[in-house]
Amino acid sequence: MDRPKVVKYKEPERAEDYPVGATFKAGHLVQTNSGWRTFRPIIDQDKCIKCLRCFLVCPDGAIDKSGESLEIDYDFCKGCGVCAHECKVGAIRMVKEGADEDGR
Amino acid sequence: MRMAGRKIFISGDEAVAEAVRLVSPHVISAYPITPQTVAVERISDFVEDGSLQAEYIHVESEHSAMSAALGAAAVGARTFTATSSQGLLYMAEVLPYVSGARFPIVMMNANRALAVPWALLSDHRDSLSQLDSGWIQVYCEDAQETLDMIIQAYRVAEDERVMTPMMVNLDGFVLTHTYELVELPDQAALKSFLPDYSTDNKMDLDVPKSVCLAAMNHYMEYMMKQELDMRNVESIIEETDREYGDMFGRSYGGMIEQYMCDGADAVLVTLGSVTGTARVVVDSMRSEGYKVGLVKLRFMRPFPKAEIIEIGSKVKAIGVVDKDISVGYEGIVFTNVNSALSDLDRVPQRLNFIAGLGGRNVSKAHIRDMYMQLLEVAEGKEKEKIQFVNARCEYNG
Amino acid sequence: MYEVRWHGRGGQGGFTAARLLGMAASVHEGKYSLAFPSFGPERRGAPVLGFTRISDEKITDRSQVDECDYVVFLDETLVGETTLLGLKDDAFILINTAEPEKYSTMTDKQIVALDATSLSLEVLGRPITNTAMLGALVALSRIVSLEALKKAIQDGMKPSLVEKNCAIVEKAFNMVKGAVNNG
Repeated sequence: MDRPKVVKYKEPERAEDYPVGATFKAGHLVQTNSGWRTFRPIIDQDKCIKCLRCFLVCPDGAIDKSGESLEIDYDFCKGCGVCAHECKVGAIRMVKEGADEDGR
Repeated sequence: MRMAGRKIFISGDEAVAEAVRLVSPHVISAYPITPQTVAVERISDFVEDGSLQAEYIHVESEHSAMSAALGAAAVGARTFTATSSQGLLYMAEVLPYVSGARFPIVMMNANRALAVPWALLSDHRDSLSQLDSGWIQVYCEDAQETLDMIIQAYRVAEDERVMTPMMVNLDGFVLTHTYELVELPDQAALKSFLPDYSTDNKMDLDVPKSVCLAAMNHYMEYMMKQELDMRNVESIIEETDREYGDMFGRSYGGMIEQYMCDGADAVLVTLGSVTGTARVVVDSMRSEGYKVGLVKLRFMRPFPKAEIIEIGSKVKAIGVVDKDISVGYEGIVFTNVNSALSDLDRVPQRLNFIAGLGGRNVSKAHIRDMYMQLLEVAEGKEKEKIQFVNARCEYNG
Repeated sequence: MYEVRWHGRGGQGGFTAARLLGMAASVHEGKYSLAFPSFGPERRGAPVLGFTRISDEKITDRSQVDECDYVVFLDETLVGETTLLGLKDDAFILINTAEPEKYSTMTDKQIVALDATSLSLEVLGRPITNTAMLGALVALSRIVSLEALKKAIQDGMKPSLVEKNCAIVEKAFNMVKGAVNNG
């Protein structure tokens, strides 16, 4: 899975070390938020046409397109269901957390 | 006669809404903004359920909120509006219209830091940036005082000797979102404290006059009149506070409150909710024998100059807690306090503590440290005059 | 002064619990209290905090709560190194869990457990655990009486929720009262 390399944030020790302007180098959330999920999305790879709509709409960037097929990073997916709602071919289902892929 | 009221457990925002229901304005125009939102939502609920007989104008911005309030006040309506932070700045253009026209609009401002960087939490840069707008400004310490001051604001603002709008400030989240026990004044008793509003300063078909006029050759004199009347406000605030205290059992000391200032060598000057935390520190330091006191600055406009001079003549050191900074100089409250103290032959030592910007915590330990430093400068020690309190990093001042 | 910290996720009712406790103490028992959420933007599912300060005297301290007497976890996934900080030496930790032994190595403080999720599914039919944990806290701490708490629920919750929440508070109270045996 294509995850960004984690560089530990070093807090400025002096006020003059802060950037000019209310800016900061763009970063990523590295704290996992999988514990928030009540439902998790499952991609049906047979139905998926790789249109990348889910990749674009995922608010947490938790969908990886670097491999052969699209994969969900379940460490960072918080289970919002936007991908399943937006998928035009119905390739993404939301399954209760703790249940198997068929929802049992 | 003291009238006991009903006590309910509500937030500062809800206390504002309850106060507005009690004073029953004709017109409310407001635009929601965190952390003021709950106040205007509740007021809107009250209008909807009929418990507040008023016209609620839903507007698309704060500039329109104040403009609509101005229009309503121009025909003699009692009006209310509420805002916070960027919303107050968006209203800024209309604020001198209202004060110059001498319309007694009452506004709640939930103090919130200015962007950017964004920080939704409380500091005082929003309202203090509008000190020169011609509005009366009061700062509250808790939800009860907020409710009482919204009510008193109408009495003061609508007094024919005053006829000046008033901004009631309360710290965002720390007061707006904290639930506490609040006593509601008896509505019948309130009627005699705050009579219905009527004024000649309005558009009236029977008595036609120009309102909000252009006065090229008399502008200066209109401003002189405004300044003259603002100088009377102090005694009316004090008279209102006393009468409210007699009727409802709560009075706040008028322009300022002095807490344990008798025989104090060092005092802190505070604005808003941090006052309450400082009270706890003063109590514990007094019990240890330290001669420290607290000055709760309630009003910033008009400024309690005489009171500050009187305190300055008695103490060795004064610290000012500013939840703001005028970038390029110092804390805004500090500048005002210094200007008053300059009338003294012997000015006490002064320190300026810039604290709580963007809602940064001001703990009892921080306040105790401020007092310890003040006691040291009172004994002749040197300290950095302007300090940032509880910053995450070093600063070369 | 008692200081209580509530850990939950946005939407679980942690702040409602903080508020109901404050209401019970101030409106129904003549004490003073402040109830406030963690300040700032809110998001459903994100970890949130609630606080209740209770005292026999008027509370003027508006600074952050630094050290609590009680910390209550509505959701056990929130129990961790950082969420167990800021406790007094003799503080109690209340956790909604069916497996309290999991947490005994994480802290030297006293832990009291209630399987509030199962209890709320049984009584409310939904896994909303805030009032169950409130009943547990009151049984453990006796900060307010069970009666005052039930009155606060009657005044402070939607009428349709009152009956079941009074029932769950009483059940949780009795379960924890038996376990801690503090009279």
